[in-house]
Amino acid sequence: MWLEPNETVVEKIQYLDENGKLTGESPDVKDEELINLYKWMIQARSFDQRALKLQRQGRIGTYAPMIGQEAAQIGSAFALEKQDWVYPSYREVGVSLVHGVPMENFFLYTMGHLKGTASESANVFPVQIIIGAQCLHAVGGAWAGKYNKENSVSVAYIGDGGTSEGDFHEALNFAGVYKLPVVFFVQNNQWAISVPISKQTGSASISQKAVAYGITGVQVDGNDALAVYSTMKQALERARQGKPVLVEAITYRQGPHTTADDPTKYRDSGELEKWLAMDPLKRMKAFLMEKEIWNEELEQKEYEWADKKVSEAFELAVNTPRSKVEEIFGLVYEQKTNQLTEQLNSIPTEGVLK
Amino acid sequence: MTTMTMIEAINFTLRKEMERDQRVICIGEDIGKNGGVFRATDGLQALFGEERVVDTPIAESAIIGASVGMASRGLRPVAEIQFFGFIYEAMDQMVAQAARLRFRSGGVLQAPMVVRAPFGGGVRTPELHSDSLEGLFLHSPGMKVVMPSNAYDAKGLLTAAIRDNDPVLFLEPMKLYRAFKQEVPEEDYVIEIGKARVLKQGEELTIITWGPSVPLVSKVVEQWEKQTNTTVEIIDVRTISPIDEETILTSVQKTGRAIIVHEAVKTGGPGAEISALINEKALFHLTAPIIRITGFDTPYPVPSVEDEWLPNANRIIQGMKEVFSH
Repeated sequence: MWLEPNETVVEKIQYLDENGKLTGESPDVKDEELINLYKWMIQARSFDQRALKLQRQGRIGTYAPMIGQEAAQIGSAFALEKQDWVYPSYREVGVSLVHGVPMENFFLYTMGHLKGTASESANVFPVQIIIGAQCLHAVGGAWAGKYNKENSVSVAYIGDGGTSEGDFHEALNFAGVYKLPVVFFVQNNQWAISVPISKQTGSASISQKAVAYGITGVQVDGNDALAVYSTMKQALERARQGKPVLVEAITYRQGPHTTADDPTKYRDSGELEKWLAMDPLKRMKAFLMEKEIWNEELEQKEYEWADKKVSEAFELAVNTPRSKVEEIFGLVYEQKTNQLTEQLNSIPTEGVLK
Repeated sequence: MTTMTMIEAINFTLRKEMERDQRVICIGEDIGKNGGVFRATDGLQALFGEERVVDTPIAESAIIGASVGMASRGLRPVAEIQFFGFIYEAMDQMVAQAARLRFRSGGVLQAPMVVRAPFGGGVRTPELHSDSLEGLFLHSPGMKVVMPSNAYDAKGLLTAAIRDNDPVLFLEPMKLYRAFKQEVPEEDYVIEIGKARVLKQGEELTIITWGPSVPLVSKVVEQWEKQTNTTVEIIDVRTISPIDEETILTSVQKTGRAIIVHEAVKTGGPGAEISALINEKALFHLTAPIIRITGFDTPYPVPSVEDEWLPNANRIIQGMKEVFSH
């Protein structure tokens, strides 16, 4: 039997249409959870908008905005249990916040503080710059979790561009062979810097790649928070039973790749307009309003609260003493080598130039 | 006390450490039933099961990357890269991930893992099986690079590597796996990583070397001393990262001459680093320029020219004559 490319039919899971109206039966999610989910989305967007402003003012360094991807990020992270582990790329501020990383860590990271984004209090790896590498860390983490009988799932967050990296494929292969409690959550935001998804892969979808590795694949409307949350819940359940899952969330990066990028050079504005109409926050808000568990007053209050929280986090970051060069020597090995000690001691303690 | 070859000592150490600590697991290609292509893990899967001795798909980056994940979550993986030349496939996971995890996480996470790999030439292997690439990792902060030259050291250093909380690259000279037997205590002992061994005292020249070149240098020095009235000190550094500066400098300050012998290619190699170190800290003790006898700046050659390419007795003697000509 000859298998032809893209014979696999992939149907996107969706609960809310573009206007936030239910397309069918609603998944069983409590009102309170729905509201919380939306509040986190507001929080993520507030952080994102502030970070962008602060970067423009030169108060923080390069930042990778997540605007447009809040449903994918918050919806998926909201489904995690405390003991689960997140292996993020550099665009997962929303995910990390929900999973317990203090917000100020992200300001500190973009301000060039040594502290970075890992925290003692949350099961979240530091942000990954090499776009596919974290998939293997999630696989190893899942292995350790299984070995230690932790009942935890490891979730690798990766972008569509990252799925072109060898590490992504090696990770899927390992997951399939060892049946590890791992979920690969791909945010297909259509662009890998300036390269569209059509030039990233010949597959009709990313989710169908799972089939080749003997694991489960699923595609979900990544701008539909309800669909992402519900799908991720199921993915995590399967993973907890040793059935790895590849989730492809179809979403859109409304902003630039990073603050150092200008998407008008490679994308036409019509495309952006189309996706703005499907904005994840608009959809979730319309859904909650229709359910009569949300209103404009609550909305305004929530944005004010979120804004205040972001301000507090930024204040905390600003008031954190800046990293000193002396500190870097202590982070390379568990104990400083003689060479590091000598190099540390070689730093002039006062100005040498007159 | 019993006698062992180096490969037997490695196998014995892995078994002992796996018995001692449930967190130690072995991961690599053909390491299970087959016991590894050199038998380093022979019998371990039968003893500890498939969960702890993991035969992986052929994927070097995944072996190292998964080890980083395991190590950061409480296991102590000992990964095998079948031949060191295959490490290029895993460079990112070695250098940018394993070696930097402590740094990138601001000290929150660590990767206590060992990557073992056979390396070094003189055994007529196919392409990319004999390369000595230790210099790449000497240049990569966050990783320790250990290269034993005998069975006794292999046991003590591997034990230390497995118990170390930093990633350790443990390079095993293929040529020496079964070259000779040695008395190796079965009892637990550790050789501190970063401490060189003065193999032989001498007064007029220091030869600094490691791994596969150690027995060769010893043999050459033995002949040299019979034919001359000079004595040569030999240092087996055992670890190039971190390097034992004190032992090297103390010796060179005494002898006033230094030769560095390694199989890695010359330019930008570990010998350049050691030479710079002596230059910085012992220049005025020198009576002759420092000489490096190393692999040439070519890819590792085919078997027909391997013996001339590698540091060999002739090349070492020629170097010694040169330092003594000043």
